Amino acid sequence: MSFFFEVLIGGLLAGIMYSLVALGFVLIYKASGVLNFAQGAMVYFAALAVVGFMDKGAPLWLALILGFVVMTLFGIATEKFVLRKMVNQPPIALFMATIGLSFFIEGLAPMLFGNDVRPLDIGLVDEPIPAILDAFNIVVSRFDLAAAGIAALLVAVLALFFQYTRVGRALRAVADDHQAALSIGIPLQHIWALVWTVAGFVALVSGMLWGARNGVQFALTFTALKALPVLILGGFTSVPGAIVGGLIIGASEKLAEIYIPPVMQSMFEGNFGGIEGWFPYVMALLFLLVRPEGLFGEKHIDRV
Amino acid sequence: MFYRETGQFKTTYAADQQIFPIRQDRIGILLLLAVAFVGIPLFASEYWFTAILVPFLIFALAALGLNILTGYAGQLSLGSAAFMAVGAYAAYNFQVRVEGMPVLVSFLLAGLTSAAVGILFGLPSLRIKGFYLAVATLAAQFFIVWCLTKFPYLSNDSSSGVISVPGVTILGFAFDTPRSNYLLVLSLVLLLALAAKNLVRSSTGRAWMAVRDMDVAAEVIGIRLMHTKLLAFAVSSFYCGVAGALYAFCYLGSVEPDGFSLDMSFKILFMIIVGGVGSILGSFLGAAFILLLPIFLDISLPAVASLLHLPFDNATVSHIQLMVFGALIMFFLVVEPHGLARLWQIAKEKLRLWPFPH
Amino acid sequence: MAREIGEVILDLRNISLRFGGVKALTDISFDVRDHEIRAIIGPNGAGKSSMLNVINGVYRPQEGEIVFHGEHRRDMDTHAAAAAGIARTFQNIALFKGMSVLDNLMTGRNLKMKAGFLQHALWWGPARREELEHRRKVEEVIDFLEIEHIRKTPVGRLPYGLQKRVELGRALAAEPKMLLLDEPMAGMNVEEKQDMCRFILDVNDQFGTTIVLIEHDMGVVMDISDRVVVLDYGKKIGDGAPDEVKNNPEVIAAYLGTQH
Repeated sequence: MSFFFEVLIGGLLAGIMYSLVALGFVLIYKASGVLNFAQGAMVYFAALAVVGFMDKGAPLWLALILGFVVMTLFGIATEKFVLRKMVNQPPIALFMATIGLSFFIEGLAPMLFGNDVRPLDIGLVDEPIPAILDAFNIVVSRFDLAAAGIAALLVAVLALFFQYTRVGRALRAVADDHQAALSIGIPLQHIWALVWTVAGFVALVSGMLWGARNGVQFALTFTALKALPVLILGGFTSVPGAIVGGLIIGASEKLAEIYIPPVMQSMFEGNFGGIEGWFPYVMALLFLLVRPEGLFGEKHIDRV
Repeated sequence: MFYRETGQFKTTYAADQQIFPIRQDRIGILLLLAVAFVGIPLFASEYWFTAILVPFLIFALAALGLNILTGYAGQLSLGSAAFMAVGAYAAYNFQVRVEGMPVLVSFLLAGLTSAAVGILFGLPSLRIKGFYLAVATLAAQFFIVWCLTKFPYLSNDSSSGVISVPGVTILGFAFDTPRSNYLLVLSLVLLLALAAKNLVRSSTGRAWMAVRDMDVAAEVIGIRLMHTKLLAFAVSSFYCGVAGALYAFCYLGSVEPDGFSLDMSFKILFMIIVGGVGSILGSFLGAAFILLLPIFLDISLPAVASLLHLPFDNATVSHIQLMVFGALIMFFLVVEPHGLARLWQIAKEKLRLWPFPH
Repeated sequence: MAREIGEVILDLRNISLRFGGVKALTDISFDVRDHEIRAIIGPNGAGKSSMLNVINGVYRPQEGEIVFHGEHRRDMDTHAAAAAGIARTFQNIALFKGMSVLDNLMTGRNLKMKAGFLQHALWWGPARREELEHRRKVEEVIDFLEIEHIRKTPVGRLPYGLQKRVELGRALAAEPKMLLLDEPMAGMNVEEKQDMCRFILDVNDQFGTTIVLIEHDMGVVMDISDRVVVLDYGKKIGDGAPDEVKNNPEVIAAYLGTQH
C-alpha cells in the first residue's frame, strides 16, 4: 500500500509541474483566445537562455533576469509581428501560427544559446525527504516538493496580480470581451504584449524547474504535449482547472504506468511500457465525451 | 492576352460545371499531364524519381487527405502521419498474411482500414470542436504509433515494429525501376485527386463546407452533422492511409512506426497551410514547396556561408531550416491565409486582363 | 387577389423554454395556418428568435407540445423539421461564407439530393444527372431573386443587403412549405425593404408558402401579415389580426410604456 501512495504522491507532484506549463497556456488563452502551441518551445527558449548566459559567466540571478528580458522582448515581438496582424482571423489560424512559432523558436534558441544538453543547478536536489521516509516509509522527493511549492506560490502571485492590480483588471476585461474592452479605452495590443510577457515568465519558471530536473535540452519543448491533456481536462480558461487537471493527469499517468502494462502483458505478448505518451490524451478524451467543456470550463450556448 | 475567356459561352449547365471551365486551362492541364506521363519519364534521372517526384506525389496525397478534413470540413487534425502509418501497416499485413493478395487491393484495404480508424478517432468531433478536437487528434497520433511499436502481431513479429515490404507486382509486371514506380504512384495519385475534386464539387463537399462555415445553419438545412463529419474523417483517413501504403511500398520499402511522427503530421499540416487550405491544387503546390525547401536550403546555405566566410555546420543548417519553416507558416497565415493556390488564382486573374491593368 | 388561408398546420401549445435559470419562453401557445403570413413581434429580448428556434428544433422546450400537420410532438429536431419542409433565415446572417452564392443555394437543396458519396467521387450516372437537375431549380430561384450577376461570387464579399437576399434564396431553394424569417429586413434601407417585401409576398402568393416572420418595422408587419402574435418578456400578450393587435392596450403598453 505504501508503494501505491508513493506512486500517487510522486504523480501528484509531477502533475504540479504539468500544471505549471498549462498555466502559461491558460493565461494566453484567456487574454487573446489563442491556444499557444509554442508554450513548450518557450519553456525551452527560456531555460536555454538562462544556461546560455550562465555559460558566458553570468551568475544565476543575473542569468534569470536576462532570461526574463529575453522572454519579454520575445513576447513583444510576437505581438507586434504576428498576433497584431492576425486580428480578424479565426482562432484555429492563430493556433496554426503558434505551431509555426514553435518551429521558429526551436531553430532560433539553439542558434543563440547553443545546442548541447546542459545541466542546470538551481540549488535543489532530487533526493527523498528523510522525515517522511522514516515516518511513513514513502519516498517523496525534496525537489518535487519544492517545485510544487514554487508552483503554488506562482499561482498565488498571479491570482493576486489579476485580482488587485489595474493591469490585472484590464486583462480580465479583455478576456471577457475584446470589443467592449477596446471601446472603453483599454489598449488591446499592450495587454497582449503584456500577457505574452507574463506567459514568458511562467515559461521561465517552468523551464528552470524542468531544466533542473531533466537537463536543459530540446526535450523541454515536449512539456507542451504534457500540458495539453491537462488543459482539456481543466478547461482552457480556468487557472484552478489547470492545477486540478495537472494533479489528476500526473497521478493517473504514473499509476497507469505501474498498473496497466502488466495487465496488458498478461493479455497479449510483448512489452507494453511507455504508455504515458498517450494515456493522458485518451483519458482526457474520454472525459471530454462526458463533459465537453472540461472540469471548470463554462458551458457555451450557441445563439442564432 | 492569350488567357481570355471572351467568346467562350456556356450553353449548358454541364459545360458550366466542368472542373476547368476555361478552354486555356484545359489545354494547360493536358500539357501538364503530357509532361508528367511522357516528358518526365523520358528525361528525369533516378535521383529525381526516387528523392523528389515520388515523395512529392505521396505527400501531396496525404496533404489532400488532410485538406479534405481540415480545409473543406473544417476539423483540424494533428494526426495525419498516424493515419499514414495505419495505411502502411495495414497494406503490409494484407500482403504478408493473405496468400496471393493483389497489391492494389491491399492498398484499397489499407485505405479502408485507415478510414475505419479515422471514424473511431473522429467520434469526439461530435461533441467537441476547434482546439479541443485538435488536441484530441493528438491522442490518435500517439496512441496509434505506440500500438504499432508494441503489438508484435502488427509488424509480423519484427523487432521494434520495423517492417520491410515486398516489391510491387501488378498482373505479373514488376514495378521495380524508379521510372515504373513513379508512373504507378502518379496514376494512383491523379485518380484519387480527381475523385477528391469530384467529391468537393458535389453535395458531399458542399455539406462539408457548410458544416465548416456555419454548423447551426447546416443543421437547419437538414445536413446531419454526425454523418457529415464522420464521412470527412473517413475519406480523409482513407487518403492518408493510401498515401501511407504508397510511402512504404513505393518510396521507402522499409518503415518503422516512429517514422510517422508528430513532426511528419505537422509537415503535412504545413503543406496545406502554404499550399492553400480548402484547395485541391493547393495540396500539390504545398507538398512541392515543403519538400523542395529543405533541399534548396541544404544546397544554398553552405554556399552562402562560404561566400561570406562564416563558420558553418550541419546543426546550423537544421536550425535555420526550422526557423525558415516556422517563419514561412506565420508569413503565409498573416499575409495570404489561402496560400499558394490563391496566389495562383490572383495571377490568373491578372493574366486575363494583361497587358491592361484592369 | 384572393388568397385562401387554410387549416391550422402548426400548433404550439404551452411552450416553455429555460436556459439554466433564465426563462426565455413561458407558456406560449399560438398556431399557424396554411398559406398565411404570420408575424411575431415584440421588444428586444422578448423571445422571438427563441420561438423560431423551437419551431425548427434548434432549441428543445422543457414543456409544451408541438402539433405539426396533425402529428403531436414533444419537440422538433432540426433534421425532421427540414425534411418536413421548414426552411429558415437567421437574424445575424448565417450563410456559408467561404462558398459562392450558387453553392450556398445548392446546399439549400442538400436534403433533396440522393446520390451517395461514392457516386459523387466518380461524378457518374445519378450524381451527375442530379447535380444538373438541381442546378436548373436553383437557377429559377436565382432568377426569382434577381441575383444572376453574383451567382459565382463568394458570399463573404457581398454587401449586407444582398447577403440577406441570398440567405432567403438558400431557404427558398429547398422549396419549403413553411418559411421562418428572422428579421429579414433588419438594417436595410427603404428600397431594399421594398424589394424584400415584394419577394416575401410573391413567395407566399406564387408558391403558397406559409410564412412565419419576425420583424421590427411595424409598417411592414401591419401591411403584409395576416395575423400577428406579440411577445414580451417571454410571454404572449397579444394575438390576432394586425388591427386588433394595434389597439390592444397591453401591446401598446409594452411598446410605449405605461403610466402608473
